[in-house]
Amino acid sequence: MSLEDLYREIILDHYRNPRNRGDLPSPPALRVEGFNPLCGDEVVLYVDVVDDEGEGGDRVADIRISGQGCSISQSSASMMSAAVKGRTSAEARQLIRAFKAMMSIHEHRLDGDGREVVEAVAPNPEVKLGDLEALRGVVKFPVRIKCATLSWNTLAQALDDAQSTRGRSDQAKVEGA
Amino acid sequence: MAHGIAPSVKADFPLLCQERRLVYLDSAASSQKPRAVLEAMDHYYENTHANVHRGVYRLAEQATAAFEDARSKVARFIGAPSAAGVVFTKNATEAINLVAHSYGRHCLPAGKAILLTEMEHHANLVPWLMLREETGVELRYLPVADDGRLVLDDLDRLLDGVGLVSVTAMSNVLGTLNPIRHLADAAHAVGAVMVVDGSQYVPHLPTDVAALGCDLLAFTGHKMCGPTGIGVLWGRDDLLDSMPAFLGGGEMITDVRLDGWKPNVLPWKFEAGTPPIAEAVGLGAAVDYLTGLGMDAVRAHEVELTTYALATLAERHGDDLRVFGPADPEGRGGVLSFAYHGIHPHDLSQVLDETGVCIRAGHHCAKPLMRRMGVNATARASFYVYNDESDVDALSEALLSASKFFA
Repeated sequence: MSLEDLYREIILDHYRNPRNRGDLPSPPALRVEGFNPLCGDEVVLYVDVVDDEGEGGDRVADIRISGQGCSISQSSASMMSAAVKGRTSAEARQLIRAFKAMMSIHEHRLDGDGREVVEAVAPNPEVKLGDLEALRGVVKFPVRIKCATLSWNTLAQALDDAQSTRGRSDQAKVEGA
Repeated sequence: MAHGIAPSVKADFPLLCQERRLVYLDSAASSQKPRAVLEAMDHYYENTHANVHRGVYRLAEQATAAFEDARSKVARFIGAPSAAGVVFTKNATEAINLVAHSYGRHCLPAGKAILLTEMEHHANLVPWLMLREETGVELRYLPVADDGRLVLDDLDRLLDGVGLVSVTAMSNVLGTLNPIRHLADAAHAVGAVMVVDGSQYVPHLPTDVAALGCDLLAFTGHKMCGPTGIGVLWGRDDLLDSMPAFLGGGEMITDVRLDGWKPNVLPWKFEAGTPPIAEAVGLGAAVDYLTGLGMDAVRAHEVELTTYALATLAERHGDDLRVFGPADPEGRGGVLSFAYHGIHPHDLSQVLDETGVCIRAGHHCAKPLMRRMGVNATARASFYVYNDESDVDALSEALLSASKFFA
């Protein structure tokens, strides 16, 4: 377990030259904050989710990142932004699952008898992580997993928010019709 | 002798005597434990353990004596006039919560405000913020200057209408030693109660509650060579007497009926349930250990080491390294928060760990102070009796290797 496993060159590249840095007018973009209470790091995501009628539902048309953090949280956010930009929300969610699985994140759920079951996040094997594979070494440094997943959890929150906002406006359309 | 702490004290700490060299620079978070403390706790469990203040058999009497003996040691250590004012808590956080719940909710005169500072640890902020949510009490804050000292220019105005002042004696981030006596005198002049968070002060400087001028003093055992799970609230007897009990249960009563209860006398009034007995014994041994070294010598050692660290880091790293807090080693404790090369503290700490150098990275449970300083995290190296100049040199070297990765 060496530092080179953690700080791969591509990670340092994204840290030094973060992609999609900045903000978007909000609204229409969603602005969602994520905090790592351990270290005080914060990430602010601006996510523009549009509804491409007949094109497979919601799509992440644009994404911007601001906030401060360590090389792991910043590079993870940068790579994430490059990976999800232009993807459908469903594809973005699959990427989130695949990334969390790589980070050995476990989920808690209740089984049929109401007992709590803890199991690894099961990704879709079809989903390819590409450059994000460089973050695999983080798993060997458990304290840093939260750094790597901060932006991903925040994106999941943004997609949930977008869905519920959409749900409300659809409801309004129905009620207005 | 220059500082009076022999380099051989490191041999007293088993964890620091491993094969792989450990440069432990995080004592402000928690100190390591000398063998004497570990042995005292083992000895207690192997020979003396029973519940305290309950049984009449000899073993229970011995356990009670060991527990109360520890209380007396702590009282002597802080110059308390009696052991009755020494209340054992879980930690300093619980001690301050006790004050916020008991004094804050029941004794603070209506309409009186509370004065804190911008440099407080969350332990001396959140209990008061919770109190404000409940009672609407006004909270005021002494500002922090860029050099890490409290700004006292507006003290008189800020104290007008204040019923309680609660201030850290030494910042866990900046190392700043605050003018507690001055603040206590000013607080008393307006009839306010003076609470001091001594978590970073009591382990490192000779402490005398009368000289500090405080009415209540909170500190914790694990930062002063003692075990986790035990802290102290010291208070003036008359003040503690006037405060209602905090937690209810066994030991804190003199009588219980189905329709009421009567509180115990001090200090047991504030010690509900079976207390941390072995931990108290361990804290007593820690106090003995520190007294054996001499707290004047501990302070002198840390001033000397801090002086060396400030000079060495400035010389080796120049403008690449920025230390937060007072520049004068006499005005600060051995806590150095710093920024290095723009490298995030998390990354810095991770790389330093490769060479066995343990520093803290983060907001140090002082997020408002971080915002005041315009950062969201710092790296922090903190010293104690077992650190020496070679530890500072190791830190300095390790920083250079970190810059390789990120600069």
